[in-house]
Amino acid sequence: MATAQEEELPLVLVHRIPNFDFPFKHRLQAQFRLLDPLDSVPPESTHSFISRHAASVRVLLCVDPTPISRDLLSLLPSLQLIVCSSAGVDHVDLIECRRRSIAVTNAGKAFSPDVADLAVGLLIDVLRRVSAGDRYVRAGLWARNGEYPLGFKILLKHQFSNAFGKRVGIVGLGSIGGEIAKRLESFGCAIGYNSRRKKPSVPFPWYKTAYDLAINSDILIVCCALTEETRHIVNKDVMVALGKGGVIINVGRGALIDEKELVQLLVQGELGGAGLDVFENEPDVPEELFSLNNVVLSPHCAVATPECFDALEELITANLKAFFSSKPLQSVVEFD
Amino acid sequence: MNNIGVLMTCPMFKYLEQELETRFNLIKLWNTEFLKKNSSSIKAVVGNTKVGADAELIDSLPNLEIVASYSVGLDKIDLDKCKERGIKVTNTPDVLTDDVADLAIGLTLAVLRKICVSDQFVRSGKWINGDFGLASKFSGKSVGIVGLGRIGSAIAKRAEAFDCLISYHSRSKKPNTNYKYYSNIVDLAANCEILIVACALTEETHHIVNRKVIDALGPKGILINIGRGAHVNEPEVVSALLEGRLGGAGLDVFENEPEVPEELLTLENVVLVPHVGSDTEETSKAMADLVISNLEAHFSDEPLLTPVL
Repeated sequence: MATAQEEELPLVLVHRIPNFDFPFKHRLQAQFRLLDPLDSVPPESTHSFISRHAASVRVLLCVDPTPISRDLLSLLPSLQLIVCSSAGVDHVDLIECRRRSIAVTNAGKAFSPDVADLAVGLLIDVLRRVSAGDRYVRAGLWARNGEYPLGFKILLKHQFSNAFGKRVGIVGLGSIGGEIAKRLESFGCAIGYNSRRKKPSVPFPWYKTAYDLAINSDILIVCCALTEETRHIVNKDVMVALGKGGVIINVGRGALIDEKELVQLLVQGELGGAGLDVFENEPDVPEELFSLNNVVLSPHCAVATPECFDALEELITANLKAFFSSKPLQSVVEFD
Repeated sequence: MNNIGVLMTCPMFKYLEQELETRFNLIKLWNTEFLKKNSSSIKAVVGNTKVGADAELIDSLPNLEIVASYSVGLDKIDLDKCKERGIKVTNTPDVLTDDVADLAIGLTLAVLRKICVSDQFVRSGKWINGDFGLASKFSGKSVGIVGLGRIGSAIAKRAEAFDCLISYHSRSKKPNTNYKYYSNIVDLAANCEILIVACALTEETHHIVNRKVIDALGPKGILINIGRGAHVNEPEVVSALLEGRLGGAGLDVFENEPEVPEELLTLENVVLVPHVGSDTEETSKAMADLVISNLEAHFSDEPLLTPVL
């Protein structure tokens, strides 16, 4: 039962699946009245809870990948805003949101520096074999092979590559892509990009297709949104166009790359290497990758720093406040 | 120049060996039979960070004219002896600057974001059973650089792109930089979260990272060493890491390479790589070409490209 005090606070419907919660719930509860079907006592189905309580709900807080379907939206006739806690919004029916004029905000700017940091970290690791080198030292192989630097060290020299002067192609030059470009420019990389439309304020060369970008790049960094159009945007042709020494980094979504083809090309030595934070069927990762030294695997943790979550809390709180005081929102998702 | 004896001190890079063989009479130090027979014909030594040219070697080569090091660091060359004998010395600056700077940032990211540990987490199948957990952010952190020479400056430029606050310590304040200067390395360590060692190894900088510096850097601090192992008091770093007095470390160099303190091999907050700072195809070749060019210039009585002495 809501207290009189709670009743005065603006109402926010929380939409999440049981395994997902957000750590700053109690701080939000000080400023907003949170309605969470999963906290209902006695337990009630989401559908029933929403039908009963939330017909007047104007804002929905969506925790991570909890899907928002047309059906769910139809239960919320007064909904005006969906605040998402992730950068990706492929789990939200954006077409329906557009039709109903429901604004959607994502974690965009809060996440970008951390995601960009990981993309660069994965790239340097692949090019310079940091993880492979670390494994080598821990296995005692450096000491064992020390006097005669054959094998790993000389092999390294013929496989290691540096970042300087390399052509980096960014697939999706949004907030995250922009942060990646800024970092890699300082390493002496030449930047090019592919996105739906050329961005007039951006000084880097734009390529109409991922294929064209790949032909003109040594490294591809995938960080665009996953939509119907971008599914498998990096397909076999694109990877072959990147070339034998090419390196692919994926910090977007697994389904942006044709994973089966990627694995095959890596195993056959037709690609220089890959750094992957996302996969098509997480947490399943193709086992063929486990024995490759030119691949670095990361368990979808591009945003897993406490600072990132602090920034997220700040952004979500700011957006909720802004909405209820009719002020401009940040990190608004653009509809096509 | 095929009758000029050039001594290579240890196996380095096949391409360099091959190029030296076609141009000079290449003698390999690790084949000691050869050395005794040929010591008077040796006019040049090509050394590296592992085996350089110490007093003993220089004394055994009466006709030595030039030491062309396949490295930028000169700590393995007895410079005083070379000065005394009028022996020229060259190294390989600039061509490896970017590689070493890239690795410094790569090690920092690997330590803070736990890249190697999480890679192992995935490879061992643990991801199926649950999430990896949190790491630490790099962007925006304060970075302290020991030695703002070519490599230190290149590191600073990159760290700035991550919105890091840059400060440094060196023998004297550098003109033309906006970075904050600390005349005392302990003060630098106390005022940064990531300390990166990028200076030359000399008598003064031996163990420049000692207990006091480590204590100042603190339990959340990260130490990155892409200089020389001897810059750091290794036992102090090891015990600080084991006791939680130091947050983490990324090390490319060690006091007794290729020996690495066993205690480090099981720690998750360290990243260890086998002295690969300049080990890329592109840079190794550029370094080799520079060594050859210096030798050819010397034996043609032309100006050296990158002389130290």
